[in-house]
Amino acid sequence: MKMKVFRQGGFLHLPNDNIVKTIGVATLLCLVCSVVVSGAATMLKPKQVANKLLDKKSNILTVAGISNPDKSVDELFSRIETRVVELSSGNYTDAVDVESFDQRKASKDPEYRIDLSKDKDLAQIGGLSKYANVYLLRDGDAVSKIILPVKGYGLWSTMYGFIALEADATTVSGITFYEHGETPGLGGEIENAKWQKSWAGKKISDASGVPTLQLVKGIVDTGLAGSEYKIDGLAGATLTSNGVSNLVQFWMGENGFGPYLEKTRAARSQARLDQPLTSGKG
Amino acid sequence: MASEAKKALFEPLVANNPIALQILGVCSALAVTSQLSVALIMCLALTSVTAFSNLSISLIRNHVPSSIRIIVQMTIIASLVIVVDQVLKAYAFEVSKKLAVFVGLIITNCIVMGRAEAYAMKNGPWHSFLDGIGNGLGYSLILIIVGTVRELFGSGSLLGYQILTPVSEGGWYTPNGLMLLAPSAFIIIGLTIWAIRAFYPEQVEKPDFEMQNAHNAPAHGAAGGSH
Repeated sequence: MKMKVFRQGGFLHLPNDNIVKTIGVATLLCLVCSVVVSGAATMLKPKQVANKLLDKKSNILTVAGISNPDKSVDELFSRIETRVVELSSGNYTDAVDVESFDQRKASKDPEYRIDLSKDKDLAQIGGLSKYANVYLLRDGDAVSKIILPVKGYGLWSTMYGFIALEADATTVSGITFYEHGETPGLGGEIENAKWQKSWAGKKISDASGVPTLQLVKGIVDTGLAGSEYKIDGLAGATLTSNGVSNLVQFWMGENGFGPYLEKTRAARSQARLDQPLTSGKG
Repeated sequence: MASEAKKALFEPLVANNPIALQILGVCSALAVTSQLSVALIMCLALTSVTAFSNLSISLIRNHVPSSIRIIVQMTIIASLVIVVDQVLKAYAFEVSKKLAVFVGLIITNCIVMGRAEAYAMKNGPWHSFLDGIGNGLGYSLILIIVGTVRELFGSGSLLGYQILTPVSEGGWYTPNGLMLLAPSAFIIIGLTIWAIRAFYPEQVEKPDFEMQNAHNAPAHGAAGGSH
């Protein structure tokens, strides 16, 4: 009898509550929708990847303080040297190819991943790649800025960003976040350019080398002692602010870039001793 | 334009506004309105999703089995939202970062679902499409009002251009921090609804229960005997 229905009017003329039609409509709909969705995702993928890369580069330029809307990002980026550092020793490494090294992928790759125990995992990232990118801005021969990729958990999401340090490897010159899922208008204010500017000139650590920089509630009174280790917290976003503090302390500490920064500072004071004549400039 | 089409397109603007009269889609109206530019992109995204979901649901409305019609609608809406999200990521990367999760949340926006069920399932494709656009514009109207007020008084700017120079940059204006927080949107939406209902008294809802004077009430049915 069903066959008769098919022959007479076809599938579309079946009554709507017929089980064959119900399953048929559902299947067809799913097929059409999945083609549309995967088609859009696949076709737009190259553009999205390019956008992400461009965004990452322009964030590095911004945090380095050399972004310039009149020039192309790639042209400006040629001033920046990309290196790979082994985090535990703090030495530059050639174990991986700088061009193709993807730190985010490496942090999930068992070959490179180091799992963090709870007490060490200040930034709540679970684990990290044993190698990390550093970006060096050079002024002539001398390194003028060190740009370090950082990430850490905020309220909803992992926040990805960069911290730029002056050549002394202690003074912050800038910070930026290029990917996060914090609440727009509240935690999302980590993208606020004016707030990011307030990081410039702060110190990540005192003479002991232990990172102490953190976000505090309210506005920091710059007149008080110790204000160089404090940054204005974000209004209405306590957990995101805590996340940012933890992220800074983790990545600047011994499990993050600590050893690398320590070496950079040592090399710098060594260089200063070697050349007493130029040390007057500081 | 036929009067039915005109009604579908313009009625949701003020006379039957999805936010102000039906109180739908308030969640995203709170979330994305602290900056006008972000609110505008959200309006565009929601309007296109509502229009095309109405269109496609109306096209297949005579063949949707009623037992799975909500799932059918959700599937279509979800697919459209993903496409919109992908397009934003490819062509408006900066804004898509600011909108973050809220584009994905259009799927759960009651306006889209409500129009699909209430209008597109019963009307032809062209009118459904217009109804989708109309409701998207009605939503946009409220978002633009809220976004304008919040950005102007919260940051002293509009679309990123500084209008009231804040004290922190040497001006006179002290930005109102409340405007950047979600509660301010509630207040502005409330005031907007008040204003609309002042001009359209027929939109004022009847109270659920009528207060009656105990002495004059009939002895047998004090609690709303008139129902």
